[in-house]
Amino acid sequence: MRRQGLYDPAFEHDACGIAFVARLDGARTHATVSQALQALENLEHRGAAGADADTGDGAGILVQLPDTFLRAAVRFPLPPRGSYGVAMCFLPQNDPARRAELERLLEETVRAEGQTVLGWRDVPVNRAQAGAQARLFAPVIRQLFVGASDELAGDVLGFERKLYVIRRVAERAGGEALVIPSFSARTLVYKGMLTSPQLGRYFPDLADDRFESALALVHSRFSTNTFPSWALAHPYRLIAHNGEINTLRGNLNWIRARESQLASELFGDDVAKLIPVIRPGGSDTAVLDNVLELLVLAGRSLPHALMMLVPEAYAGRADVTDEVRGFYRFHECLTEAWDGPAAVAFTDGTVIGATLDRNGLRPGRFFETTDGVVVMASEAGVLDIPADRIRRKGRLQPGKLFLVDLEQGRIVDDAEVKQRVAARRPYGDWFDREHVRLADLPEPATVQGVREPVQRLQLAFGYTQEDMKVMLAPLAANAEEAIGSMGNDTPLAVLSNRRPLLYSYFKQLFAQVTNPPIDPIREAVVMSVQSLVGSERNLLDESPEHARQLVIDNPILRDDELERLRQVDSDVFKAHTIDSTWPVVDGVDGLDDAIGRMCGAADTALESGANILIVSDRAVGPERVAVPSLLAVAAIHHHLVRSGTRLQAGLVVESGEPRSVQSVAVLIGYGAAAVNPYLMLATIGRLVEEGRLDLPREEAEERALKAIGKGLRKTISKMGISTLASYCGAQVFEAVGLSTELVDEHFTGTPSRIGGIGTRELAEGALHRHALAYPAAGDELLPVLGLYAWRREGEHHQWNPETISLLQHAVRGGGRATYEQFAAAVNDDAVRRSTLRGLLRFREPDGGAIPLEQVEPAAEIVKRFSTGAMSLGSLSREAHETLAVAMNRIGARSNTGEGGEDPERFGDDRRSKIKQVASGRFGVNIDYLCNADELQIKMAQGAKPGEGGQLPGYKVDPYIAGVRLTTPGVGLISPPPHHDIYSIEDLKQLIYDLRCANPSARISVKLVAEVGVGTVAAGVAKCNADHILVSGHDGGTGASPVSSIFHAGIPWEIGLAETQQTLVLNDLRSRVWVQTDGQLKTGRDVVVAALLGADEMGFATAPLVATGCVMMRACHLNTCPVGIATQDPELRRRFRGKPEHVIEFMFHVAEDARRIMAALGIARFDDLVGRVDLLEPDEAIAHWRARGIDLSNVLRVPDVPAGTPLRRTEAQRSPLAGALDWRLIDAAAPALHDGTPVHAAFDVRNVDRTVGGLLSHRVTRKAGRAGLPPGTIRLELRGSAGQSFGAWLAPGIELTLAGEANDYVGKGLSGGVIAVRPPRNAAFRAEENVIVGNTVLYGATAGRAFFRGIAGERFAVRNSGASAVVEGVGDHGCEYMTGGRVVVLGATGRNFAAGMSGGIAYVVDPDGDLSGRCNLQLVGLETLAEADEDDVRALLAEHLDRTGSTVARRHLDDWDPRRFVKVIPHDYKRALAEPVSTGGVGFLTTETEEAA
Amino acid sequence: MGRIGGFLKAGRLEAPERAPELRVADVREFVGTLPLTELREQAGRCMECGVPFCHNACPLGNLVPDWNDLVYRDRWREASVELHRTNNFPEFTGRLCPAPCEAACVLEINEGDAVSIKQVERAIADRAWDEGWIVPQPPARRTGRRVAVVGAGPAGLACAQQLARAGEDVVVFERDEAAGGLIRFGVPEFKLEKRLVERRVEQLAAEGVRFRFGVEIGVDLTAAELRDRYDAVVLATGSRVPRDLPIPGRDLAGVHFAMDYLYDRARAIAGSADAAITAAGKHVVVIGGGDTGADCVAHANRERAASITQLELLGEPPPARRDDLTPWPLWPMKLRASYALKEGGDRRFAISTTRFSGRAGRVEAIHWQRNSGVPPFELVAGTEESRPAGLVLLAMGFLGPDPQALDQFGVDRDGRGNIAAERHLTSVEGVFAAGDARRGQSLVVWAIDEGRRCAQAVRSWLDEGLENGADHTFVSIASTRRTE
Repeated sequence: MRRQGLYDPAFEHDACGIAFVARLDGARTHATVSQALQALENLEHRGAAGADADTGDGAGILVQLPDTFLRAAVRFPLPPRGSYGVAMCFLPQNDPARRAELERLLEETVRAEGQTVLGWRDVPVNRAQAGAQARLFAPVIRQLFVGASDELAGDVLGFERKLYVIRRVAERAGGEALVIPSFSARTLVYKGMLTSPQLGRYFPDLADDRFESALALVHSRFSTNTFPSWALAHPYRLIAHNGEINTLRGNLNWIRARESQLASELFGDDVAKLIPVIRPGGSDTAVLDNVLELLVLAGRSLPHALMMLVPEAYAGRADVTDEVRGFYRFHECLTEAWDGPAAVAFTDGTVIGATLDRNGLRPGRFFETTDGVVVMASEAGVLDIPADRIRRKGRLQPGKLFLVDLEQGRIVDDAEVKQRVAARRPYGDWFDREHVRLADLPEPATVQGVREPVQRLQLAFGYTQEDMKVMLAPLAANAEEAIGSMGNDTPLAVLSNRRPLLYSYFKQLFAQVTNPPIDPIREAVVMSVQSLVGSERNLLDESPEHARQLVIDNPILRDDELERLRQVDSDVFKAHTIDSTWPVVDGVDGLDDAIGRMCGAADTALESGANILIVSDRAVGPERVAVPSLLAVAAIHHHLVRSGTRLQAGLVVESGEPRSVQSVAVLIGYGAAAVNPYLMLATIGRLVEEGRLDLPREEAEERALKAIGKGLRKTISKMGISTLASYCGAQVFEAVGLSTELVDEHFTGTPSRIGGIGTRELAEGALHRHALAYPAAGDELLPVLGLYAWRREGEHHQWNPETISLLQHAVRGGGRATYEQFAAAVNDDAVRRSTLRGLLRFREPDGGAIPLEQVEPAAEIVKRFSTGAMSLGSLSREAHETLAVAMNRIGARSNTGEGGEDPERFGDDRRSKIKQVASGRFGVNIDYLCNADELQIKMAQGAKPGEGGQLPGYKVDPYIAGVRLTTPGVGLISPPPHHDIYSIEDLKQLIYDLRCANPSARISVKLVAEVGVGTVAAGVAKCNADHILVSGHDGGTGASPVSSIFHAGIPWEIGLAETQQTLVLNDLRSRVWVQTDGQLKTGRDVVVAALLGADEMGFATAPLVATGCVMMRACHLNTCPVGIATQDPELRRRFRGKPEHVIEFMFHVAEDARRIMAALGIARFDDLVGRVDLLEPDEAIAHWRARGIDLSNVLRVPDVPAGTPLRRTEAQRSPLAGALDWRLIDAAAPALHDGTPVHAAFDVRNVDRTVGGLLSHRVTRKAGRAGLPPGTIRLELRGSAGQSFGAWLAPGIELTLAGEANDYVGKGLSGGVIAVRPPRNAAFRAEENVIVGNTVLYGATAGRAFFRGIAGERFAVRNSGASAVVEGVGDHGCEYMTGGRVVVLGATGRNFAAGMSGGIAYVVDPDGDLSGRCNLQLVGLETLAEADEDDVRALLAEHLDRTGSTVARRHLDDWDPRRFVKVIPHDYKRALAEPVSTGGVGFLTTETEEAA
Repeated sequence: MGRIGGFLKAGRLEAPERAPELRVADVREFVGTLPLTELREQAGRCMECGVPFCHNACPLGNLVPDWNDLVYRDRWREASVELHRTNNFPEFTGRLCPAPCEAACVLEINEGDAVSIKQVERAIADRAWDEGWIVPQPPARRTGRRVAVVGAGPAGLACAQQLARAGEDVVVFERDEAAGGLIRFGVPEFKLEKRLVERRVEQLAAEGVRFRFGVEIGVDLTAAELRDRYDAVVLATGSRVPRDLPIPGRDLAGVHFAMDYLYDRARAIAGSADAAITAAGKHVVVIGGGDTGADCVAHANRERAASITQLELLGEPPPARRDDLTPWPLWPMKLRASYALKEGGDRRFAISTTRFSGRAGRVEAIHWQRNSGVPPFELVAGTEESRPAGLVLLAMGFLGPDPQALDQFGVDRDGRGNIAAERHLTSVEGVFAAGDARRGQSLVVWAIDEGRRCAQAVRSWLDEGLENGADHTFVSIASTRRTE
């Protein structure tokens, strides 16, 4: 499907299951192939199907060229193996002429490249096996056999290179109609738009006994939408991938920039035929495959190439050798990382393996059998191999390579592979010798001060009072970005009359669903903000000179550091300063000229050998005005990319303009390697001089730079990016309000969907600011901005004194007349063009208006409304309950927010129908889940998408702690990601888990609008969600960094329209309700939302204002004077809101909507939904800056067959039929009936997911929160359990599993008991092998768990009450834990106890080196006290009893407490010593490093 | 960011006043301010609201949260800068304004708890004068354009100051003998000492404003002459035609308009003229319950009147804010004890005066009846009453500007007789209007705001006029220069 309206295929995401089977002896067998296909079938639940359930998103297999089979299958003779290659070709289906043309093209190319065309083979397919959609687009599949020329016969790699050249030449000539999934003498790929089970049946070849291979790589794809693409199925030629490359845009640009320098002795002149290296239109995986292929065929080994592109986090680690460290340092000078969560399985036909990204955000489990078969897969249990044939089991680990070398016949250890690659050359020495650190450059002779009066420059660069007071002073005082609260109700930059700086037009993208954001504080180990400047060299070569780069540790430069750069004078580095100002007399036209001149100056500088380009606006003065710094850097960056010279130099910005996290982030995102914000620094100096900062100047500067660095880490981590080098030029922004011309020219590749201003308007803004400063006396006051707080002469706010008081008066007796005044004031806004909906008007209906009486009553309409997710804690009890009571009374819904709910409320009208499940899982247990009408998975929050939050311990009073199921006095951290959602198929699993916990609740997923949200929503619909909420960027918050409030996310109008269009195009809209929220206030807002595609609407700020909120914006200070956003009992007494106020507001809005519906001639609200044809741009509104805005994409009517539903018309198919739990429930019937104890046994497979979930639901419905007495339901299971084994397990249930389990064991454990041990006949040692997967006991609140074996990453993450014993854990163990006990009897990975604020871990530490792997930000290490000894021994005894652990037995038999280290958080220790009293304060603040 | 939770740590404190029985013995100001340390604590009660209703309620748009914060942090000089950003004469408003800001303060949702904004404002201004921070700010460059301002009341003065600082050549014409208008001659000395007005006038003069006192436009100088000699003319003549009470006995001697009495007292206190109207020893009746009436009562108290009665046409307002009538943040309709009545005198509500009677052409008694308290003020039968009255002062508000000069200029009027001048430009080319003459009788804060905005309008108009068709995309940057 092509781009249409807001839908753009570029934003499709996929995620998947991968697996491979390999024989160590290298024997080619058909069994390998069929086992791989069987594994693939068992990964089916990780894939997905679209609206047409029979059409899969893609499945495929990569094998060694099956020589025996092929010889038998073709009629023409084949040369010996290795001397012929096969091109697997997808050719156009319905166009024989074109097909013939392409075939001719291929043949001619083969001949032109000196090879022989041996013949064609039609690949037989069984069309009936594919789904209807898939058939419609199925290509004709033919194999072209190519014989090697004499000189290449026998030269395996030489022949591969030639085949690669042929393919690239043919691909370029053939265009997108020609797809060649593989073209090799070593490997062959079969794939298609199929489900996993269909693959083997569609291609009869695969079932042929002669079809043999020693290795087979399979892949099952889950795409966020279902548009047909056979080409996008995996595997590609070298890899199959599960994950997402977040930095793709930058990687693409950098590769493009490197192309002009490519040279290779191996390819010789053929290199030119390979360019462009990347075939357009490919997915992130396809692109990565393209680049890997180039690197590998140009001479690097596959492990080498992967280590370059997907490096591990090596910084600060003791376990990385000097050679490997040197390798990474050296290669950082060659290429930025391809950053993102990824499990990449790879093979070139001789080795096969897999690697995981640096943060381990994908699962991978492997085992080796006693007879030499190695199986690796996304989960355990994909092949049923008896335990006595298993030699060992393991898992992929963050940043580690898992490699099977078929030639050597063994698994090669990560350390060995890397050491071998790293020792090829003295990379470390090269790097040490050649690189230069900024600090090592000579002291600059002079440092340029600010010559003009600071105040004048401030005026010229648009500084305001607020910049000083709200942004800079706190930045320098606290080394933290300022914190704000409530939402952003100011106009979009393009609609503002105040000429916002260019930075404000760029909205930060963030990770949601398809990839996880990173915690930049707790998982700092994976992050790096180092920057490199210099000229890059030929990527295909390596030499000491490649390391001639200047290393900058922090990309924000002080003035003296910038001067060091400018004045550098060596044979390696040469800086050139490009003036980025233009003459005022040239007026607005001067800007374009200036850009042209700067690009020319850059070219000239490069020709003369400069490799550091400093883009500087220091020349600003009475006669010269500054080019917006972002425009300057982006224009030069893209100019050089296009010229192929970008890598000859690094770009550094020296500007008076940047002064915030956002400004620096955008500059780097568009290519700057470093930024010197000289005026910001001068301003801080001035603040110090004036005594407004009580700090020495140096210290103030240092803190401000530190704060921006921290903010940068947070900004890049939101997108799941961990290194600044990858972020540089990655353009992870969406432009809102910039013209297509401007974006295409200077911000190439950035999404910009509603048009907007161009260079003329930017120039006008710059000249306007300049005119404020020149000519003038120099002592003018800075303007008041009024962005963060309303000011009469300042920026417009939708919530202002007039609208707030009118709304309050309207619900306190003012009645309809006052409401209408309110609505007029709000909608008059529209006239002033503060929102996109304000630019629209309703179209006259063809049929004319209808009488109001015919329109559905308001009492029905209000049922579509809900209040926003605001936690108890962010709101006072009084305010929270008032909203719930109001919404319940009118049949609408209120939302718990992410803070749990007091069980006392479950039984009465204070119960929130919507129960939120957020990343912190606070208060989420089986009882909470059972008491919901709707379960909402919060993927992001409008005010701070991609970020976590934090509630300091002193604010967690006993009530809040009780509701959140945590410990009073212990701080609570919400992680940025859900640790059980790193990809779309993980979300599918969580939805499944929640369905089990409460089959009658509808499942909602909350997303925040950003470009691509539509494809994410389509994926969510395919995940079986019932309801999708698309929040606008302007939603409220209890506390967020101001850069997040203002610069992340986009208006709901665009996000909702994109969602609607994508869902309708996919025919998925019929299956889900769609809701939107974000500053909705009036009936007009409601109707516009419905027309753009929303069935339902959410309100948060408005109902709060109705109850008395006056937009103090002090939620984060706990001083709310009206008792709403506070826990202070004194202030809570001031709360005067009544449910009636909220009810009256809702009814005013509904009545208002009815009046509009009558005018539109629509009687039923259902008929309003999706009728975008009833909206049109209001051309009557003239706005001097908004002229370029074009909303036609937002108003696009999707091009679909008539009758395609525009709203929800049918329920999702329940995935629960066939669940193992139905049998468990049958077995437990006596217990469920009257509590009679039961004991039963079952077999379990990896496709049996969330075992115990439905059963727990039944137990809770029967017995409530307390559940059944211990041991009432005892179940023995055998086999490999699927994901979420024992999730939400209720008290009274015990699951004992003999075998192994996958990820998320004991998720949300609510009081049950889980034990997992190997089968008794296992041939391996339990304590040395992996028994359970990643993210075990996530959000567990009570109960016990025992694992005889090793667990994966993030064991017991956010555990708040369960006790567990395990025999080894991966990285990030006990992360964010707030309560409970964990005993670790074996090895622990890195970053143990990060963000752990409560509970205790007892860790065996034989070598005494735990402190090196422990994150000591929050915890202390101690020896065991007597009480601890009792606890540990009791747990070990139970572990022994339940699992037969020999490790536990050894410890108990020979007890020595000195073997254990007690890991206890400081906060928790204090809380245990002095319990906090009631009446503290409690609200979710944003996080700060200090508090952490 | 102020003092977090400061409003919970300290309660509101009112401005100190000298005891009524003591203060009536002199004419010095009787309201003071708290010690600076206590004021800082009061300013620290401000929460720096995200939506500062105080700032919205202030006609000048005073940046209340900003300077409260600065005062709390003991940064008085910066506070003065921020205060003067929106307000040319804070020492006047800090004394005279009824403080709609405080009524709209978010803390006032709990009635009586508002931040003491007015006191803080006055203290900033007074301290700035005391410290010598307020100095003339002559313009760096002069434009050479000439502007005449007619009327030296607060609107005219604010307008003149803004224009002069922007480099315009400004002459102020005032028919009285000194500048200040109502705040000089209407407002009693004990509310605003006239030396404060004088030093501001001196500042203006030092900034280049020239004053022509005793010149009445329309009499001494015609409108045409003025328009001829100046590039622009600003009419800031006030709204000074008083509302009369045409009932029997109105012609009797001893029945005066309040303003005549106040002017007379002002001149007598200043020593510039002998008193013509006196309350000493008389039974004084003030008709009108507003501020002008209160000022009359206060003067009469200081003149030792035999008795003082203040009559209000409207009924007695409720004792506290009523949410159904004037919910927060609206200006509450409620009973306020005037400072003057604390010093002596009676107040009666819902009174319609029916006639005056007297002998030998002098008033001796007043006769009234109670009314319904709300329009149309129906008389209540059987409530007739009479009181002795030696001096009757009519303080019933004003009808509009004095028409004489306006007629000569030929400017259009609005329905209420005020000058019609949207965006301050009248129907006559180059003639502008500001203050009460344009918007009707109002508060001094409005007058200053009018003057400031009018100055901006004049400058924009002059820019356009002089540059004649040039590209104006980048012009008209309002001057916000420091005022110290």
